[in-house]
Amino acid sequence: MTVIDTPVAEQAPAQQATAGAGSLKSALAASGIADLLAQLERELVGLAPVKSRIRDIAALLLVDRLRQDRGLSAAPPSLHMCFSGNPGTGKTTVAMRMAQILHRLGYVRRGHLVAVTRDDLVGQYIGHTAPKTREVLKKAMGGVLFIDEAYYLYRPENERDYGQEAIEILLQIMENQRDDLVVILAGYKDRMDRFFESNPGMSSRIAHHIDFPDYGAGELERIADLMLADMQYRFDDQAKQVFRQYLERRMAMPHFANARSVRNALDRARLRHASRLLAAGGEVDDEALVTITAPDLLASRVFAGTADTADIHDSPERTWEPSCCKP
Amino acid sequence: MRITQGTFSFLPDLSDEQIIKQVDYCLAKGWAVGIEYTDDPHPRNVYWEMFGNPMFDLRDAAGIMLELNSCRKTYPSHYIRLIAFDSTHTVESVVLSFIVQRPREEPGFRLVRQEVDGRSMRYSIESYVTQSQPEGARYQ
Repeated sequence: MTVIDTPVAEQAPAQQATAGAGSLKSALAASGIADLLAQLERELVGLAPVKSRIRDIAALLLVDRLRQDRGLSAAPPSLHMCFSGNPGTGKTTVAMRMAQILHRLGYVRRGHLVAVTRDDLVGQYIGHTAPKTREVLKKAMGGVLFIDEAYYLYRPENERDYGQEAIEILLQIMENQRDDLVVILAGYKDRMDRFFESNPGMSSRIAHHIDFPDYGAGELERIADLMLADMQYRFDDQAKQVFRQYLERRMAMPHFANARSVRNALDRARLRHASRLLAAGGEVDDEALVTITAPDLLASRVFAGTADTADIHDSPERTWEPSCCKP
Repeated sequence: MRITQGTFSFLPDLSDEQIIKQVDYCLAKGWAVGIEYTDDPHPRNVYWEMFGNPMFDLRDAAGIMLELNSCRKTYPSHYIRLIAFDSTHTVESVVLSFIVQRPREEPGFRLVRQEVDGRSMRYSIESYVTQSQPEGARYQ
Protein backbone atom coordinates (compact mmCIF):
# COMPACT_ATOMS: atom_id res chain seq x y z
CA MET A 1 0.00 0.00 0.00
CA THR A 2 1.28 3.43 -0.83
CA VAL A 3 -0.05 6.73 0.39
CA ILE A 4 0.62 9.60 -1.96
CA ASP A 5 0.22 13.16 -0.83
CA THR A 6 -0.80 15.58 -3.48
CA PRO A 7 1.32 18.70 -3.59
CA VAL A 8 -1.66 21.05 -3.54
CA ALA A 9 -2.66 19.73 -0.14
CA GLU A 10 -1.72 22.97 1.60
CA GLN A 11 -3.83 25.00 -0.75
CA ALA A 12 -7.28 25.66 0.57
CA PRO A 13 -10.02 23.99 -1.42
CA ALA A 14 -11.73 26.28 -3.84
CA GLN A 15 -13.86 28.76 -2.00
CA GLN A 16 -17.34 29.43 -3.09
CA ALA A 17 -18.24 32.52 -4.99
CA THR A 18 -19.46 35.53 -3.08
CA ALA A 19 -22.95 34.79 -1.91
CA GLY A 20 -25.66 36.35 -3.97
CA ALA A 21 -23.44 37.24 -6.88
CA GLY A 22 -24.84 34.19 -8.57
CA SER A 23 -23.14 34.57 -11.90
CA LEU A 24 -21.53 31.42 -13.18
CA LYS A 25 -18.59 33.39 -14.44
CA SER A 26 -17.59 34.79 -11.09
CA ALA A 27 -18.11 31.41 -9.44
CA LEU A 28 -15.92 29.79 -12.04
CA ALA A 29 -13.20 32.36 -11.57
CA ALA A 30 -13.30 32.02 -7.81
CA SER A 31 -13.05 28.27 -7.86
CA GLY A 32 -9.80 28.10 -9.84
CA ILE A 33 -11.26 25.30 -11.91
CA ALA A 34 -10.19 26.91 -15.16
CA ASP A 35 -6.55 26.85 -14.05
CA LEU A 36 -6.92 23.26 -13.05
CA LEU A 37 -8.33 22.21 -16.39
CA ALA A 38 -5.70 24.16 -18.28
CA GLN A 39 -2.97 22.44 -16.27
CA LEU A 40 -4.54 19.08 -17.04
CA GLU A 41 -4.57 19.91 -20.73
CA ARG A 42 -0.91 20.89 -20.56
CA GLU A 43 0.40 17.93 -18.65
CA LEU A 44 -1.70 15.05 -19.90
CA VAL A 45 -1.41 14.18 -23.56
CA GLY A 46 -4.48 12.90 -25.39
CA LEU A 47 -7.08 11.16 -23.18
CA ALA A 48 -9.98 13.19 -24.58
CA PRO A 49 -12.78 11.10 -22.97
CA VAL A 50 -11.08 11.35 -19.58
CA LYS A 51 -10.67 15.08 -19.78
CA SER A 52 -14.21 15.67 -20.88
CA ARG A 53 -15.50 13.60 -17.97
CA ILE A 54 -13.36 15.56 -15.53
CA ARG A 55 -14.73 18.77 -17.03
CA ASP A 56 -18.29 17.49 -16.53
CA ILE A 57 -17.62 16.58 -12.93
CA ALA A 58 -16.04 19.95 -12.25
CA ALA A 59 -19.05 21.70 -13.78
CA LEU A 60 -21.47 19.64 -11.74
CA LEU A 61 -19.68 20.37 -8.48
CA LEU A 62 -19.65 24.07 -9.29
CA VAL A 63 -23.33 24.18 -10.18
CA ASP A 64 -24.14 22.20 -7.05
CA ARG A 65 -22.41 24.83 -5.02
CA LEU A 66 -24.45 27.57 -6.65
CA ARG A 67 -27.63 25.58 -6.05
CA GLN A 68 -26.70 25.26 -2.42
CA ASP A 69 -26.25 29.02 -2.19
CA ARG A 70 -29.79 29.50 -3.49
CA GLY A 71 -31.17 26.98 -1.06
CA LEU A 72 -31.88 24.33 -3.66
CA SER A 73 -31.18 20.75 -2.80
CA ALA A 74 -27.67 19.71 -3.73
CA ALA A 75 -27.01 16.13 -2.71
CA PRO A 76 -23.35 15.32 -3.15
CA PRO A 77 -23.01 13.25 -6.33
CA SER A 78 -21.50 9.80 -6.21
CA LEU A 79 -18.02 10.05 -7.62
CA HIS A 80 -16.77 6.48 -7.47
CA MET A 81 -15.03 5.71 -10.72
CA CYS A 82 -13.73 2.88 -12.78
CA PHE A 83 -10.77 3.41 -15.10
CA SER A 84 -10.36 0.75 -17.73
CA GLY A 85 -7.85 0.64 -20.51
CA ASN A 86 -4.78 -1.06 -21.87
CA PRO A 87 -1.46 -1.05 -20.01
CA GLY A 88 0.33 2.28 -19.93
CA THR A 89 -2.64 4.45 -20.88
CA GLY A 90 -2.28 6.61 -17.78
CA LYS A 91 -4.84 5.15 -15.39
CA THR A 92 -2.67 5.51 -12.30
CA THR A 93 -1.41 8.94 -13.31
CA VAL A 94 -4.93 10.23 -13.78
CA ALA A 95 -6.04 8.70 -10.47
CA MET A 96 -3.36 10.67 -8.70
CA ARG A 97 -4.49 13.79 -10.50
CA MET A 98 -8.05 13.03 -9.59
CA ALA A 99 -7.26 13.21 -5.88
CA GLN A 100 -5.75 16.63 -6.46
CA ILE A 101 -8.64 17.80 -8.61
CA LEU A 102 -11.37 16.65 -6.25
CA HIS A 103 -9.55 18.31 -3.40
CA ARG A 104 -9.36 21.58 -5.29
CA LEU A 105 -13.03 21.33 -6.12
CA GLY A 106 -13.72 20.88 -2.43
CA TYR A 107 -15.26 17.44 -2.87
CA VAL A 108 -12.76 15.51 -0.74
CA ARG A 109 -11.36 16.98 2.42
CA ARG A 110 -7.72 15.86 2.36
CA GLY A 111 -6.79 15.02 -1.19
CA HIS A 112 -4.37 12.18 -0.52
CA LEU A 113 -4.39 9.02 -2.57
CA VAL A 114 -4.08 5.55 -1.08
CA ALA A 115 -3.08 3.06 -3.77
CA VAL A 116 -3.75 -0.58 -2.93
CA THR A 117 -3.94 -3.95 -4.62
CA ARG A 118 -5.59 -7.22 -3.63
CA ASP A 119 -2.83 -8.02 -1.12
CA ASP A 120 -3.66 -4.98 0.98
CA LEU A 121 -7.36 -5.74 1.21
CA VAL A 122 -7.71 -9.51 1.36
CA GLY A 123 -6.50 -11.52 4.33
CA GLN A 124 -4.99 -14.97 4.51
CA TYR A 125 -7.33 -16.71 6.91
CA ILE A 126 -10.91 -16.49 8.11
CA GLY A 127 -11.55 -13.27 9.98
CA HIS A 128 -8.44 -11.56 8.67
CA THR A 129 -10.02 -9.83 5.70
CA ALA A 130 -12.55 -7.55 7.37
CA PRO A 131 -10.12 -5.76 9.72
CA LYS A 132 -7.56 -5.50 6.94
CA THR A 133 -10.00 -3.93 4.52
CA ARG A 134 -11.37 -1.59 7.16
CA GLU A 135 -7.85 -0.53 8.07
CA VAL A 136 -7.17 0.48 4.48
CA LEU A 137 -10.54 2.23 4.17
CA LYS A 138 -9.90 4.22 7.34
CA LYS A 139 -6.57 5.37 6.00
CA ALA A 140 -8.17 6.47 2.75
CA MET A 141 -10.99 8.43 4.42
CA GLY A 142 -11.04 12.02 3.31
CA GLY A 143 -9.18 11.18 0.14
CA VAL A 144 -9.16 8.77 -2.75
CA LEU A 145 -8.79 5.01 -2.54
CA PHE A 146 -7.23 3.64 -5.71
CA ILE A 147 -7.58 -0.11 -6.23
CA ASP A 148 -5.29 -1.25 -8.98
CA GLU A 149 -6.23 -4.39 -10.90
CA ALA A 150 -9.45 -4.60 -8.97
CA TYR A 151 -10.63 -7.74 -10.77
CA TYR A 152 -8.22 -9.82 -8.70
CA LEU A 153 -10.51 -9.16 -5.73
CA TYR A 154 -12.97 -11.63 -7.17
CA ARG A 155 -11.77 -15.12 -7.93
CA PRO A 156 -14.66 -17.15 -9.27
CA GLU A 157 -12.58 -20.34 -9.47
CA ASN A 158 -12.32 -20.49 -5.68
CA GLU A 159 -15.66 -20.14 -3.95
CA ARG A 160 -14.03 -19.83 -0.53
CA ASP A 161 -11.90 -16.93 -1.61
CA TYR A 162 -11.92 -14.08 0.90
CA GLY A 163 -12.00 -11.47 -1.85
CA GLN A 164 -15.78 -11.49 -1.80
CA GLU A 165 -15.71 -10.35 1.82
CA ALA A 166 -13.49 -7.42 0.94
CA ILE A 167 -15.85 -6.49 -1.89
CA GLU A 168 -18.83 -6.51 0.47
CA ILE A 169 -17.14 -4.22 2.98
CA LEU A 170 -16.06 -1.93 0.17
CA LEU A 171 -19.61 -1.76 -1.16
CA GLN A 172 -21.00 -0.93 2.23
CA ILE A 173 -18.58 1.94 2.80
CA MET A 174 -18.94 3.17 -0.78
CA GLU A 175 -22.66 3.43 -0.23
CA ASN A 176 -22.79 4.80 3.32
CA GLN A 177 -19.85 7.18 3.38
CA ARG A 178 -19.98 8.67 -0.05
CA ASP A 179 -18.86 12.08 1.10
CA ASP A 180 -15.88 10.73 3.05
CA LEU A 181 -14.26 8.64 0.39
CA VAL A 182 -13.93 8.30 -3.37
CA VAL A 183 -13.09 4.84 -4.66
CA ILE A 184 -11.38 4.43 -8.03
CA LEU A 185 -11.04 0.96 -9.51
CA ALA A 186 -8.62 0.40 -12.33
CA GLY A 187 -7.75 -2.45 -14.62
CA TYR A 188 -7.68 -3.83 -18.10
CA LYS A 189 -10.91 -3.42 -19.97
CA ASP A 190 -11.96 -7.00 -20.69
CA ARG A 191 -11.17 -8.23 -17.20
CA MET A 192 -12.94 -5.30 -15.58
CA ASP A 193 -16.02 -6.07 -17.65
CA ARG A 194 -15.98 -9.66 -16.46
CA PHE A 195 -15.49 -8.47 -12.87
CA PHE A 196 -18.55 -6.23 -13.09
CA GLU A 197 -20.63 -8.96 -14.69
CA SER A 198 -20.11 -11.13 -11.67
CA ASN A 199 -20.46 -8.22 -9.21
CA PRO A 200 -23.47 -6.24 -10.41
CA GLY A 201 -23.68 -4.44 -7.05
CA MET A 202 -20.25 -2.98 -7.62
CA SER A 203 -21.05 -1.91 -11.15
CA SER A 204 -24.21 -0.07 -10.16
CA ARG A 205 -22.49 1.80 -7.35
CA ILE A 206 -19.88 3.21 -9.66
CA ALA A 207 -21.24 6.21 -11.46
CA HIS A 208 -18.36 6.86 -13.80
CA HIS A 209 -16.96 4.19 -16.06
CA ILE A 210 -14.17 5.84 -18.00
CA ASP A 211 -12.33 4.14 -20.85
CA PHE A 212 -8.73 5.09 -21.50
CA PRO A 213 -8.04 4.91 -25.24
CA ASP A 214 -4.69 3.79 -26.66
CA TYR A 215 -2.32 6.57 -27.66
CA GLY A 216 -1.55 7.39 -31.27
CA ALA A 217 2.03 7.74 -32.51
CA GLY A 218 1.90 11.52 -32.36
CA GLU A 219 0.67 11.48 -28.78
CA LEU A 220 3.39 9.05 -27.76
CA GLU A 221 5.97 11.40 -29.22
CA ARG A 222 4.62 14.27 -27.17
CA ILE A 223 4.65 12.04 -24.11
CA ALA A 224 8.29 11.18 -24.78
CA ASP A 225 9.10 14.88 -25.05
CA LEU A 226 7.42 15.58 -21.72
CA MET A 227 9.24 12.68 -20.07
CA LEU A 228 12.58 13.80 -21.44
CA ALA A 229 12.00 17.36 -20.33
CA ASP A 230 11.20 15.98 -16.89
CA MET A 231 14.46 14.06 -16.78
CA GLN A 232 16.36 17.01 -18.29
CA TYR A 233 17.37 15.21 -21.46
CA ARG A 234 16.54 15.94 -25.05
CA PHE A 235 16.72 14.37 -28.49
CA ASP A 236 18.79 15.94 -31.23
CA ASP A 237 17.07 16.36 -34.61
CA GLN A 238 18.19 13.05 -35.97
CA ALA A 239 17.23 11.20 -32.81
CA LYS A 240 13.74 12.66 -33.10
CA GLN A 241 13.37 11.10 -36.53
CA VAL A 242 14.73 7.80 -35.34
CA PHE A 243 12.45 7.77 -32.34
CA ARG A 244 9.45 8.24 -34.61
CA GLN A 245 10.51 5.17 -36.57
CA TYR A 246 11.16 3.33 -33.34
CA LEU A 247 7.62 4.04 -32.16
CA GLU A 248 6.11 2.88 -35.44
CA ARG A 249 7.96 -0.42 -35.23
CA ARG A 250 7.39 -0.87 -31.54
CA MET A 251 3.64 -0.25 -31.78
CA ALA A 252 3.32 -3.10 -34.27
CA MET A 253 5.06 -5.51 -31.90
CA PRO A 254 3.38 -7.62 -29.21
CA HIS A 255 3.29 -6.48 -25.55
CA PHE A 256 3.22 -2.84 -26.49
CA ALA A 257 2.33 -0.92 -23.32
CA ASN A 258 1.77 2.63 -24.57
CA ALA A 259 3.42 5.26 -22.37
CA ARG A 260 5.13 2.63 -20.26
CA SER A 261 6.93 1.28 -23.32
CA VAL A 262 7.99 4.81 -24.14
CA ARG A 263 9.41 5.25 -20.67
CA ASN A 264 11.28 1.95 -20.94
CA ALA A 265 12.67 2.90 -24.32
CA LEU A 266 13.88 6.21 -22.95
CA ASP A 267 15.45 4.54 -19.93
CA ARG A 268 17.36 2.17 -22.16
CA ALA A 269 18.40 5.03 -24.40
CA ARG A 270 19.79 6.73 -21.29
CA LEU A 271 21.82 3.62 -20.49
CA ARG A 272 23.31 3.57 -23.97
CA HIS A 273 23.89 7.30 -23.84
CA ALA A 274 25.83 6.89 -20.60
CA SER A 275 27.96 4.02 -21.83
CA ARG A 276 28.65 5.84 -25.09
CA LEU A 277 29.94 8.86 -23.19
CA LEU A 278 32.07 6.62 -21.02
CA ALA A 279 33.47 4.70 -23.96
CA ALA A 280 34.35 7.93 -25.75
CA GLY A 281 36.20 9.20 -22.69
CA GLY A 282 37.72 12.64 -22.61
CA GLU A 283 35.91 15.88 -21.82
CA VAL A 284 32.13 16.09 -21.77
CA ASP A 285 30.21 19.34 -21.92
CA ASP A 286 26.65 20.04 -20.80
CA GLU A 287 25.44 19.58 -24.33
CA ALA A 288 26.74 16.01 -24.50
CA LEU A 289 25.30 15.18 -21.08
CA VAL A 290 21.73 16.11 -21.99
CA THR A 291 21.56 15.08 -25.64
CA ILE A 292 20.41 11.66 -26.70
CA THR A 293 21.57 10.97 -30.24
CA ALA A 294 20.36 8.66 -32.98
CA PRO A 295 22.89 5.85 -32.31
CA ASP A 296 21.59 5.59 -28.74
CA LEU A 297 18.20 4.67 -30.15
CA LEU A 298 19.35 2.72 -33.17
CA ALA A 299 21.11 0.17 -30.97
CA SER A 300 17.70 -1.04 -29.82
CA ARG A 301 16.66 -4.54 -30.82
CA VAL A 302 13.48 -3.08 -32.26
CA PHE A 303 15.62 -1.99 -35.19
CA ALA A 304 17.42 -5.34 -35.34
CA GLY A 305 14.11 -6.94 -36.27
CA THR A 306 13.91 -9.56 -33.52
CA ALA A 307 10.38 -8.61 -32.65
CA ASP A 308 9.62 -11.31 -30.12
CA THR A 309 12.24 -10.35 -27.57
CA ALA A 310 11.78 -6.63 -27.82
CA ASP A 311 10.99 -4.12 -25.14
CA ILE A 312 11.15 -5.43 -21.61
CA HIS A 313 13.58 -8.17 -22.55
CA ASP A 314 15.51 -5.81 -24.73
CA SER A 315 18.89 -5.40 -23.08
CA PRO A 316 21.18 -2.84 -24.57
CA GLU A 317 24.05 -4.40 -26.48
CA ARG A 318 26.75 -2.25 -25.09
CA THR A 319 25.82 -2.05 -21.48
CA TRP A 320 28.70 -0.99 -19.40
CA GLU A 321 28.61 -2.54 -15.98
CA PRO A 322 30.82 -1.22 -13.21
CA SER A 323 32.91 -4.04 -11.80
CA CYS A 324 31.76 -3.28 -8.28
CA CYS A 325 28.24 -4.39 -9.12
CA LYS A 326 29.25 -7.84 -10.25
CA PRO A 327 28.86 -10.66 -7.80
CA MET B 1 -23.03 10.59 39.74
CA ARG B 2 -21.52 11.86 36.52
CA ILE B 3 -17.98 10.62 36.22
CA THR B 4 -15.43 12.98 34.79
CA GLN B 5 -11.86 12.32 33.79
CA GLY B 6 -9.29 13.35 31.23
CA THR B 7 -9.34 16.41 29.03
CA PHE B 8 -12.57 18.47 28.88
CA SER B 9 -13.76 16.81 32.10
CA PHE B 10 -15.24 20.13 33.18
CA LEU B 11 -17.34 20.45 30.03
CA PRO B 12 -20.63 18.82 29.12
CA ASP B 13 -20.27 15.76 26.91
CA LEU B 14 -18.98 16.57 23.44
CA SER B 15 -21.26 16.22 20.45
CA ASP B 16 -20.07 14.20 17.45
CA GLU B 17 -19.28 17.40 15.64
CA GLN B 18 -17.07 18.53 18.48
CA ILE B 19 -15.42 15.12 18.69
CA ILE B 20 -14.57 15.33 14.99
CA LYS B 21 -12.91 18.68 15.54
CA GLN B 22 -10.82 17.32 18.41
CA VAL B 23 -9.82 14.30 16.33
CA ASP B 24 -8.86 16.56 13.44
CA TYR B 25 -6.66 18.49 15.85
CA CYS B 26 -4.99 15.25 16.97
CA LEU B 27 -4.40 14.12 13.40
CA ALA B 28 -2.97 17.48 12.45
CA LYS B 29 -0.47 17.02 15.30
CA GLY B 30 0.44 13.60 13.94
CA TRP B 31 -0.88 11.70 16.94
CA ALA B 32 -2.31 8.21 16.69
CA VAL B 33 -5.86 8.01 17.98
CA GLY B 34 -7.15 4.96 19.79
CA ILE B 35 -10.50 3.94 21.24
CA GLU B 36 -10.87 2.42 24.71
CA TYR B 37 -13.87 1.14 26.61
CA THR B 38 -14.63 -0.14 30.08
CA ASP B 39 -17.50 -0.87 32.44
CA ASP B 40 -15.41 -0.37 35.55
CA PRO B 41 -15.33 3.37 36.15
CA HIS B 42 -13.09 3.33 39.23
CA PRO B 43 -10.75 6.33 39.02
CA ARG B 44 -7.72 4.11 39.60
CA ASN B 45 -8.70 1.83 36.72
CA VAL B 46 -6.25 3.41 34.32
CA TYR B 47 -5.97 0.75 31.69
CA TRP B 48 -9.20 0.37 29.76
CA GLU B 49 -9.71 -2.23 27.06
CA MET B 50 -8.65 -1.10 23.63
CA PHE B 51 -11.17 -1.40 20.81
CA GLY B 52 -9.20 -2.59 17.79
CA ASN B 53 -5.73 -1.26 17.20
CA PRO B 54 -4.53 2.27 17.73
CA MET B 55 -5.00 4.04 14.41
CA PHE B 56 -1.75 5.22 12.95
CA ASP B 57 -1.42 6.92 9.55
CA LEU B 58 -4.98 8.19 9.31
CA ARG B 59 -5.61 11.50 7.57
CA ASP B 60 -9.22 12.23 8.32
CA ALA B 61 -11.52 12.01 11.31
CA ALA B 62 -14.07 10.05 9.29
CA GLY B 63 -12.00 6.89 9.72
CA ILE B 64 -11.93 7.27 13.48
CA MET B 65 -15.63 8.09 13.65
CA LEU B 66 -16.30 4.92 11.68
CA GLU B 67 -14.47 2.90 14.29
CA LEU B 68 -15.99 4.84 17.18
CA ASN B 69 -19.49 4.22 15.90
CA SER B 70 -18.78 0.54 15.56
CA CYS B 71 -17.50 0.55 19.16
CA ARG B 72 -20.66 2.33 20.30
CA LYS B 73 -22.71 -0.31 18.53
CA THR B 74 -20.77 -3.14 20.17
CA TYR B 75 -20.80 -1.57 23.66
CA PRO B 76 -23.88 0.63 23.76
CA SER B 77 -23.74 1.24 27.49
CA HIS B 78 -20.05 1.21 28.36
CA TYR B 79 -17.75 4.11 29.00
CA ILE B 80 -15.80 4.88 25.82
CA ARG B 81 -12.93 7.31 25.53
CA LEU B 82 -10.63 8.47 22.77
CA ILE B 83 -6.92 8.62 23.47
CA ALA B 84 -4.26 10.31 21.38
CA PHE B 85 -0.75 8.92 21.44
CA ASP B 86 2.24 11.05 20.56
CA SER B 87 4.97 8.79 19.19
CA THR B 88 7.64 11.51 19.11
CA HIS B 89 10.90 10.26 20.57
CA THR B 90 11.15 11.16 24.26
CA VAL B 91 7.38 11.81 24.47
CA GLU B 92 5.91 8.43 23.50
CA SER B 93 2.88 8.69 25.68
CA VAL B 94 -0.80 9.47 25.70
CA VAL B 95 -1.18 13.22 25.41
CA LEU B 96 -4.94 13.59 25.20
CA SER B 97 -7.83 11.52 26.44
CA PHE B 98 -11.51 12.28 26.72
CA ILE B 99 -14.76 10.42 27.32
CA VAL B 100 -17.05 10.14 24.31
CA GLN B 101 -19.75 7.87 25.66
CA ARG B 102 -21.10 7.06 29.10
CA PRO B 103 -23.90 4.80 30.41
CA ARG B 104 -27.32 6.37 30.70
CA GLU B 105 -27.35 5.89 34.45
CA GLU B 106 -24.29 6.13 36.61
CA PRO B 107 -25.11 5.01 40.15
CA GLY B 108 -21.83 6.28 41.53
CA PHE B 109 -19.65 5.06 44.38
CA ARG B 110 -20.08 4.01 47.98
CA LEU B 111 -17.60 4.66 50.73
CA VAL B 112 -16.08 1.45 52.08
CA ARG B 113 -14.94 1.52 55.70
CA GLN B 114 -12.63 -1.18 56.95
CA GLU B 115 -11.65 -1.51 60.60
CA VAL B 116 -8.03 -2.51 61.04
CA ASP B 117 -5.58 -2.65 63.96
CA GLY B 118 -8.02 -1.93 66.74
CA ARG B 119 -9.97 1.24 66.16
CA SER B 120 -8.09 2.42 63.01
CA MET B 121 -10.12 2.89 59.89
CA ARG B 122 -9.23 2.44 56.23
CA TYR B 123 -11.38 4.13 53.64
CA SER B 124 -11.85 3.32 50.02
CA ILE B 125 -14.52 3.73 47.38
CA GLU B 126 -16.31 1.13 45.38
CA SER B 127 -18.62 1.57 42.44
CA TYR B 128 -22.15 0.27 43.06
CA VAL B 129 -22.12 -1.28 39.62
CA THR B 130 -18.95 -3.30 40.04
CA GLN B 131 -20.16 -4.40 43.44
CA SER B 132 -23.43 -5.84 42.22
CA GLN B 133 -22.67 -7.09 38.70
CA PRO B 134 -19.85 -9.03 37.06
CA GLU B 135 -17.90 -7.56 34.16
CA GLY B 136 -19.91 -7.41 30.94
CA ALA B 137 -23.28 -7.46 32.74
CA ARG B 138 -23.09 -3.94 34.15
CA TYR B 139 -25.12 -0.93 33.00
CA GLN B 140 -27.61 -3.08 31.12
